[in-house]
Amino acid sequence: MLSLTNIWVEYGEKVVLERISLDIDEGAFVSVIGPSGAGKSSLLRVILGQDTASRGRIMLDGKPLPRECGPDRGVVFQRYSVFPHLTVLGNTMLGLELARAPLAARLFGSARRAAREEAEAMLAAVGLSDSLHLYPSEMSGGMQQRLAIAQALIKRPRILLLDEPFGALDPGIRADMHVLITKLWREFGLTIIMVTHDIKEAFALGTRVLTLDKRRNDPHAPQRYGAGVIYDIALTRKTQAAAPDESESITFDTVGNN
Amino acid sequence: MRWVNRTIGRSHALLLGTIPLAGLAIAYVIAAASRHAANPADKILPLPAAMVEAMAALLFEADPLSGQLLFWADTLASLQRLGFGLGIATLSVLLVGLVLGALPPVRATFGPLVTAIAVIPPIALLPILFIVFGLGETSKVALIVIGIAPFMIRDVAGHIAANPREQLVKALTLGANSWQFLLRIALPQAMPRLIQALRLSLGPAWVFLISAEAIAADVGLGYRIFLVRRYLAMDVIIPYVVWIALLAVAMDFLLTRTSRGLFGWAHKAGH
Repeated sequence: MLSLTNIWVEYGEKVVLERISLDIDEGAFVSVIGPSGAGKSSLLRVILGQDTASRGRIMLDGKPLPRECGPDRGVVFQRYSVFPHLTVLGNTMLGLELARAPLAARLFGSARRAAREEAEAMLAAVGLSDSLHLYPSEMSGGMQQRLAIAQALIKRPRILLLDEPFGALDPGIRADMHVLITKLWREFGLTIIMVTHDIKEAFALGTRVLTLDKRRNDPHAPQRYGAGVIYDIALTRKTQAAAPDESESITFDTVGNN
Repeated sequence: MRWVNRTIGRSHALLLGTIPLAGLAIAYVIAAASRHAANPADKILPLPAAMVEAMAALLFEADPLSGQLLFWADTLASLQRLGFGLGIATLSVLLVGLVLGALPPVRATFGPLVTAIAVIPPIALLPILFIVFGLGETSKVALIVIGIAPFMIRDVAGHIAANPREQLVKALTLGANSWQFLLRIALPQAMPRLIQALRLSLGPAWVFLISAEAIAADVGLGYRIFLVRRYLAMDVIIPYVVWIALLAVAMDFLLTRTSRGLFGWAHKAGH
């Protein structure tokens, strides 16, 4: 579905990524790991459209990917993913309002009610039904990430990009988020690319684990060579068709946890 | 307990806060009384009774020349000028500051111009304003606007430009175009900062108002102070200054309340 051909990312003299060629199937859950500075986030930003590759080609469904971020790609960052001035409901409805009201960017009347119902259903799926009118600053980090996921998913993106989404969370909350993201991945048939520092997390969640690192290193010019994919491991035991474990036992993280 | 670690309760803070104010008032009365003991006709430090008497004339008795209650006419005229000045400045900040902060091409084009205007001391422009707009209300309002708008524009634009890039990327992935980003993300996030900038601009705005009124006006709080200065009428000047301070405090309080009421999200803990 998503195919990268010979992608290079260079900032002046500095080569961050070199010769990245990948084909990512629909429904895959790709974890990207690697040491700090190996260009994990650069790869994600290139796919996101926030940065442009200096060489190479990215195709989504056989068409070149637009060079600007758009609604075909959803994203959840480690921080700042949700808008502080909107409530949980407002944050989730925003994507619908932007699409359906080009000029006012706001919906009214029955259109608003429809969007609200859609948003409420999505928030129920991430377990935020009881927090519709809270502002992000009133919520814990875990709840904010749940909201960020709901906000991205309501646009039904072709690919969901996660940039160390659970990196700032407590271990307990992180386990809950793993259950949640696995559940959503199965229910919505998502294609996910997740950058993480946590190798265990990468293997626990992913159907495919990519390891980025430098193949060559010139000690006199460490910037000369960029990172490539050194391991590409398919984990075949997990597929979306696998029986979903109906673990409704998400322990709600309360305010103050994070 | 060490002083840096003390927390002061609400009632205690109120009490502590009034002590210096009360001390100042008492010190003034003592100084005035001692001067009057030496010279009963002293005009430099009038006694409270003299101030009340002088102010009563301005408050309740119509001026024989104009037929107006001078104190209220002055207050109304000054507040009107200030209101227009602050209002126009706020509007221009909303229009200019927003696009300047959110649209990089606009920032590159007009940023240097705004900076150039901001570094000019506004009072130096007052003669130009008097020549261009005449001695009427327009030039006084224009001085306030020119005095505070560039600072506010730079502050608000800088605040918007400093927004985490993640927010922009997130908005784009949600399908926002530039206009929608301005309307739904940049504008609402700029509003609390705008009110903050307006609060900080109240001081300079009063300075410009009083300056303009001192130089060319026939009514207004600043005009009255500088008029009665010729007669050493401290019994009018001091109450007027206190009144101006009260008005400024009230405006500041109102702005804070407005910000908390309308943009509660910006004042919540953890933000």
